[in-house]
Parts: sequence; C-alpha cells; structure tokens
Amino acid sequence: MIQLSDISRIFHMGDQAVRALDHIDLTIDSGEYVSIMGPSGSGKSTLLNVIGLLDRPDSGQYLLDGRDVTALTETEQAQVRREKIGFVFQSFHLIPRLTAAENIELPLILTGFPPAERKARIAETLQAFNLTDRAQHRPAELSGGQRQRVAIARATILHPTALLADEPTGNLDHRIGSEVVALLETLNQAGTTLIVVTHDRELGSRARRHIAMRDGRIEADER
Amino acid sequence: MRLQDLLLFSLKTLTSHPVRSLLIMLAMALGVAAVIILTALGDGARQYVVNAFSSIGTNLIIVLPGRAETAGSFPGAVMGQTPRDLTLEDAHWVGRLPQIRRYAPLNVGVAELSAAGKLREVTLMGTTAEIFPIRHMQLAQGKFLAHTGENSAQIVLGARIAQEFFPDGNAVGQRMRLSDRRFLVTGVMAMQGESMGFNSDELVIIPIQHAQTLLNTTSLFRLLVETRHHDEIESTREAIRQTLIRRHDGEDDVTVIAHDAVLATFDRILRALTLGVAGITVISLAVAGILVMNVMLVSVSQRTAEIGLLKAIGTPAVIIRHIFLAEAIWLSLTGALAGFILGQAGSWILRLVYPVLPAWTPLWANFAGIAVAVLTGVLAGLLPAIRAARLDPVKALGKR
Repeated sequence: MIQLSDISRIFHMGDQAVRALDHIDLTIDSGEYVSIMGPSGSGKSTLLNVIGLLDRPDSGQYLLDGRDVTALTETEQAQVRREKIGFVFQSFHLIPRLTAAENIELPLILTGFPPAERKARIAETLQAFNLTDRAQHRPAELSGGQRQRVAIARATILHPTALLADEPTGNLDHRIGSEVVALLETLNQAGTTLIVVTHDRELGSRARRHIAMRDGRIEADER
Repeated sequence: MRLQDLLLFSLKTLTSHPVRSLLIMLAMALGVAAVIILTALGDGARQYVVNAFSSIGTNLIIVLPGRAETAGSFPGAVMGQTPRDLTLEDAHWVGRLPQIRRYAPLNVGVAELSAAGKLREVTLMGTTAEIFPIRHMQLAQGKFLAHTGENSAQIVLGARIAQEFFPDGNAVGQRMRLSDRRFLVTGVMAMQGESMGFNSDELVIIPIQHAQTLLNTTSLFRLLVETRHHDEIESTREAIRQTLIRRHDGEDDVTVIAHDAVLATFDRILRALTLGVAGITVISLAVAGILVMNVMLVSVSQRTAEIGLLKAIGTPAVIIRHIFLAEAIWLSLTGALAGFILGQAGSWILRLVYPVLPAWTPLWANFAGIAVAVLTGVLAGLLPAIRAARLDPVKALGKR
C-alpha cells in the first residue's frame, strides 16, 4: 500500500521555484490499476518518481507497506526499489551491449542469485513473455514491442508489488501499444499494483482509477 | 552483487568497445614494458660491473701511497710535498703478515720496446710472479720469474704485442730491448681482452726491480694483496695499515682499499641508477593512468542513461562505483600483464643482442611495474566511479 501525505517537491529553475508536487495526499491500495494524466509539467512524472523512490520529496511523509521510506538512506532506498518496485519507461532503457536475456537478468545479478537459479528464472520469464526465440538478440535487433516486453520482463522478474509505467506506449504504434498495455493489465490481474502515467486518453481510460493532475495538485481522482 | 558477476559485467562493457579498450591497454602495457626493459638494462649493467670486479678476485686489498681521503690525491699536494714512498721493503713487510696468501707490488710506466727491427711504445708493468694468480691472468707460453732469481732480466709479452713483434709465434727465447735495457722473453700471456679498463694484451711485464730502475723510482704504484679468507678482509686491511704506520714512523700516509668496498660502491651507484630509471618510467605509467581516467569519464557521460536505469532497478551507489572501478582495474591489470610479457620479451632480445650484458629485470621491478600500473588504474578509475555513483537517477534517465 502506498500512502503519501502532504508531499511537496520543489524545483529551482534560476531564481524561480516551481512546485512540481504541491501538498499531495494520495493513497493507493495493493492491486489497484491507476492512471495518472495531465498536461506536461503538471507533476505526474515527478509523482511517479517519488512513488518509485527515484526522487526525494522536499517535505511530507511516504509510507510504503506501512514503512516510512522518506528518510531511508540511498542504499536502503535502492534495496526497496529492487524488492518492491518495477519501472517501465517510454524509451525502454535497455542496455544496448547486452542481449535480451542479459537485460532481463540484471536485477537477478544485482540481488546476487547464483547462476543456476538465474538461468531457470530467465527461461521461465522468457517463456511467459513470449521472448524465448529473441533471448540472444541485442536491443537493436528487436522491434519496439519486443523491446518493451523485455523491459517489462526485467521490471517484473523479482515480482515487485508495484509496477510504475511512464508513457509505456509513447514510442509504440497503436496496435503494439495495445498489446503492451494488455500485458501490463495481465500482470495487474495477477495482483501487482499498476500505476501508468500517460498523455493517451484511451490508455488512461482503461484504468479503474483515474487521477488528473494540474500544477502539482491532484485535480480529480475518480474510480 | 557477487564478485564474479561484477567482474564479468565490467568485462562485457570493455569488450563492447574493443578498439578503445585495446588502446588504453597498450598505453598501460608500454609503460610497464618500459619499466621492465629499462630496469633490466640498469641491473644488467650493474651485474656486468660486479662480474668484472669479481673476476679479479674478491679477496683483494689494494694499497696505494698517499691518503686518498684528504685534499686531492694526497694531503701534501697543495703544499708541494710528495707523500712518503711506498717501498718494495714495505711490501715485503706487509707480505709477512700471516693473513696474507700472496702479494704483488706494482709499478707502471711507458717505455719503448724494440726487437727485430721493430719499435713501439708499450705500457710496462713491473711486478712479481704472484701477479698472475692475483689478477687471474694466464700465460699462453713459457713462464715468468720461475726457477731463476727475481732479478733476472725477463719479460713477458701481452698477446697482441707478441703477435706484432713475432708473428711466427716463436717469441719465447727471443731477446728484446726495453728502453736501454735488454730482456729475455720468457713468456707470452694468453689473450684476455680488456678488463676494468686495463688491456693486458697490450702490456709487457718485467720484474719489479728492473721496472723501478727503468722508471727511476723507489715508490710503488700499487701493492696488491690477497687475503687467505674472504671474511678476514677488514682485519687484514687494518693489520696492513698498522704495519705501514709503524714503518712510516707513526704516520698514516697510505690508503688501503678493500676491493670489495670498491665493488660495493659501484654496486650502490648502479643500483641507484636503476632505481632512477625506474622512477622516470613510472611517469609514463602516470600518463597511462590519466588516459584511463579520461576514457572512464567519457564512458560515464556516454552511459548516463544506463547508470540511471541501474539505479531505477535498485542498484545502490556503492555497486555502481564498484562496476566502474572494476572496469578501470580490468584495463590497467590486463595492460600491466601485457606490458610484463612485452617487457620480458624486450629484455630477452636485449640479452640476445648483447650477450655480455645480463639484462634480467630485478624481481622488485617486475612487481613494482605491475603494482604501480594497477594502482594508477584504480586511482584513475576512482573519480569517474564516484561521479557515476552520484548521478541523480531522474536526470540520468532523462538523458538520451
């Protein structure tokens, strides 16, 4: 469960202070499917980054599964990210010199799994994401949809409680984008909290809860 | 993250930029190879000198008139005095000391040698038969001062001189003129070449008394003394000094040098030289280190998005530091090992080309070369690694 109370994040641009997040209160239960929408600069990506512990709020409190994660050290936050959070990005962020299988393997390596177990879990994941025949291809040799599938496989291989997607279909055409969203929804049905930041009204409307943001505030929160 | 995974991950990064990695390795390798080859050269020179000295004998003590320690060559020099002579009589007294196995007084000069219508100037050495075992010299034919009195007018010719005057090889038994005196050739020295700046092939040897008369002197040039045991050198040196002080009315006016001490001095000088050369070549390693740092910094800025991703999937800063440090260590370690092989090959070629020079790299230089290379690599990797670990993940992910 994600509980944000009175969260603010201020950026300084020259001598101007921009409130990217302005006293946000938000609770997201486990297993929810939430879309965050809003114009550019409304603070939706910053909200996602704060939820994903990539960014630290300047004030307020963040409880993740009942634990205050606001004041954790950098190393402790990294561990929380590794165990509980999966990120999916618009530009995939695959490491170009590694194969699809090696990209998916990264979180397992970081956690220190022995090679035999890694191998088994990668084979299983490749199968689940229908990537087995693409395992030894590098990102440059994969289509956009395949790249995003590899990225989602990497984000979920350690079974995070929350999957955070920032414009996951932004670089994909409509048909492939729908497939990727369907994949994310399957993962949500299996119990993973899914939070999607998007510009795309159609994609946003597929969520069960819609949050609209403007100027760092939550303008609407509908179920 | 397990260590082997860390090393493998870093290695994969380097092999994905093979040309860049190889060039950096090459810079490191050349630095290490320079250390190894140049110290091999320096230490080879040292070994060469040490061997040359040792071939003359390590139990050797040299006595010379005057005190070398004070002003110039002897103390009276500035006041126009000459030091007291070191006489043949002195030599005999020294020779009676129980620690002494053999001794050879020495006078050296230049005179004209003539025979069979030929004439040339030669360096003459007046001494006794003991000079041969002391200086490890060999006679090719005949003898010197054997079975006859020490005063007989005998001459032993250096190999080249014998060849010049008597190309037929029948030098022994011939009569020759040295200055205005007549000598009987009783021996010819074996060819030995130059040793310690002293070419015995171009030398003639005559009995010491004849040399002193011929050169019109009563003072010896040197007195060479060989002790019975190597570990008695110091005590013998002192005994000789005391004997000569007693004979010179209590005046300490001779210099007694243990040959060992000269050797030790040369050894020290050449060791310092080798160390100095090593120090200079270490600079090239520092340059290689800067190259490593440069490449790593470029790598960090090229891989900003990747670093952001690594942070997003939960890599702590310390692991990111380790990943980049491991890359620097790979570069410098492989470079150092390649340099080690290159350096060993280089000194092997050196030994092939100059067989007289024992150009072996001293053990410390091998270790120091590799250690300094790896150390500079680590130091050079430190700054880029810290910079990578400090990147703000949100900004890093936003970079293309």
